[in-house]
Amino acid sequence: MKKFTILISQAIPLAIEDIDTDQIIPARFLKAIKREECGKNLFIDWRYHKNGTLNKDFILNDSNFYGKILLSGRNFGCGSSREHAVWAILDYGFRVIISSFFADIFKENAFNNGLLTVEVSEYFLKKLFQTVEKNPKIKIKVDLIHQKITILKTGEFDPFHIHPYKKNCFIHGYDDIDFLISIKDDVYNFEKNKRFF
Amino acid sequence: MSKSLFDKIWGGHIIKKLENEIYVLYIDRHYIHEVTSPQAFIELKKRNLPVFRPNQIIATADHNVPTINQHLSISDSLSRKQINLLTDNCNKFGITLYELGNKNNGIVHVIGPELGYTLPGMTIVCGDSHTSTHGAFGCIAFGIGTSQVTMVMASQCLLLSKPKQMKIQLNGNLRKGVTPKDVILYIISKLGVDAGVGYFVEYMGSTIKKMSMEGRMTVCNMSIEMGAKGGLIAPDQITFDYVKKCKRFQELKRKEKEFMEYWKSLRSDDNTTFDKEYEFNAEYIEPMITYGTNPGMAIKISEKIPKLNIDHKSLKYMGFSPGESLIGKIINYIFIGSCTNSRIEDLRLVATLIKGKKKASHVHAMIVPGSNLVVKQAKKEGLDKIFKESGFDFRQPGCSACLGMNEDKIPSGEYCISTSNRNFEGRQGPGSRTLLASPLTAAIIAIEGKIVDINKYIHEKIYDFN
Repeated sequence: MKKFTILISQAIPLAIEDIDTDQIIPARFLKAIKREECGKNLFIDWRYHKNGTLNKDFILNDSNFYGKILLSGRNFGCGSSREHAVWAILDYGFRVIISSFFADIFKENAFNNGLLTVEVSEYFLKKLFQTVEKNPKIKIKVDLIHQKITILKTGEFDPFHIHPYKKNCFIHGYDDIDFLISIKDDVYNFEKNKRFF
Repeated sequence: MSKSLFDKIWGGHIIKKLENEIYVLYIDRHYIHEVTSPQAFIELKKRNLPVFRPNQIIATADHNVPTINQHLSISDSLSRKQINLLTDNCNKFGITLYELGNKNNGIVHVIGPELGYTLPGMTIVCGDSHTSTHGAFGCIAFGIGTSQVTMVMASQCLLLSKPKQMKIQLNGNLRKGVTPKDVILYIISKLGVDAGVGYFVEYMGSTIKKMSMEGRMTVCNMSIEMGAKGGLIAPDQITFDYVKKCKRFQELKRKEKEFMEYWKSLRSDDNTTFDKEYEFNAEYIEPMITYGTNPGMAIKISEKIPKLNIDHKSLKYMGFSPGESLIGKIINYIFIGSCTNSRIEDLRLVATLIKGKKKASHVHAMIVPGSNLVVKQAKKEGLDKIFKESGFDFRQPGCSACLGMNEDKIPSGEYCISTSNRNFEGRQGPGSRTLLASPLTAAIIAIEGKIVDINKYIHEKIYDFN
């Protein structure tokens, strides 16, 4: 997992609520056996028309917008547990998604892969959308250390919450596996008394 | 202090409590399939780690499998590769696999319970969101991502925060023609697709008490569609009878007394308080159908599409208008299957309804059973003949047109009445339009060739289906 502390970037405003993982990456692209190269299929049915031509109306194809931050409407990542959705978003080049609300499994998957999901208030999310849509060049600062999102030009900011453990993982770039393996003795002890098998 | 059913199972599986309310939770059962496991095995190999408890993992091939000619080599090379890789990985790491063609093969959430690998009081995970299905047995069962699949393979544990708890109480008798699928679609339509985020749901009340295990699995299966981490139901005599019938339980029989003692303790104490509580009256529920692109966008089949708070993008995709009725819409595709509704009870219901009738000539009606054991039972009861005589295509088990990873896709622009769990854009194939409903509703629409008011149909034309 890559380390993450602070990111300053432009943002891409995807103003849709309840974006499910079937839209992020459709099931027909889950035949991959590796994590890499999922990015080319990110939002593919929104990025391209049925005849294969580029959908110029879709925000990811709008050359005015650019950046490593994706803004989204509430309940991002609902539906299937497929981690491919997170791999696709990361592989495409995003490091942060800002919304007012994320689906559970998606959030967990994102954290396990170093993709930071930031939950801001509905008010601030609206403000971000308005600001970025009006001025795509504007930069957003995502400060994980101080748990704060700032619109650099205006100085407006919103704090965000992250579990201290997850924050630590991001800052140091480590994941749960090493820890879980280090407590094997506790697991053996637990298993001595278990009922099943 | 009073404890909920969830608290009791959770409490019994804590290996360690860390700072900041993080728990190391022990996982009893891990189900895997071909789609979300390959990258987990790669990660294990990369870290040079063994599978810690291979005996607690059960594997099946389901998402990618064809539903005809399963004895032949799979024609889609990517699907074949993924499925062969699962076989190789299971062989290498000593994991029990019910591969394609095996008499016990089928959808992971169907075979787990029917083979007796799912038992009350367990913690169960799988790299599939519908793992919530197993909550019907009184289990903490939930879907995980591939990174977590790796963690469980490596350590049989997960690091978790304890979710909040929600109680959904359902009392009263279900009306004629109302099935567990209608119950859960009704609840999601009332609460919304994100109402359960951060929660584990316990379903209780007289309606749930009367439900069969198949019905309870349908309800718990779709808990994820309201955003919940999982749903569960306290085990009772109906649960115990189901479990004891499973072949595998015979091997565990020597421990029956010990099991029963534990299982009977698995209920929420009377004065337990939940973080959120809802109550519904079963008598108000009618046959449901979805009109939009998430499972919360559902109405009683006789109702009109709501005018308020409608999602225009969604209706545009579906080709519907606010205030419109769905009655009379021509339907060309019917899919009866998926981990929600592919069990023997679903097939029996469909057979009862269509017996002696023919599907409408323009309709493609596909029935995809959940497992080979369901197929065997259906054949034993002669259901396969009824399906054939009515013009329904009775296929071999798999996830099939629920998510269209195999050839069973709905063409762009076509409507499909589906008994599966998701009506997302393109879920059943690019451009496909899915309307979720119960197997009973799907069967009637297949016969009529268009959406009809099921209530009327049931009262006028069918008197004795249940």
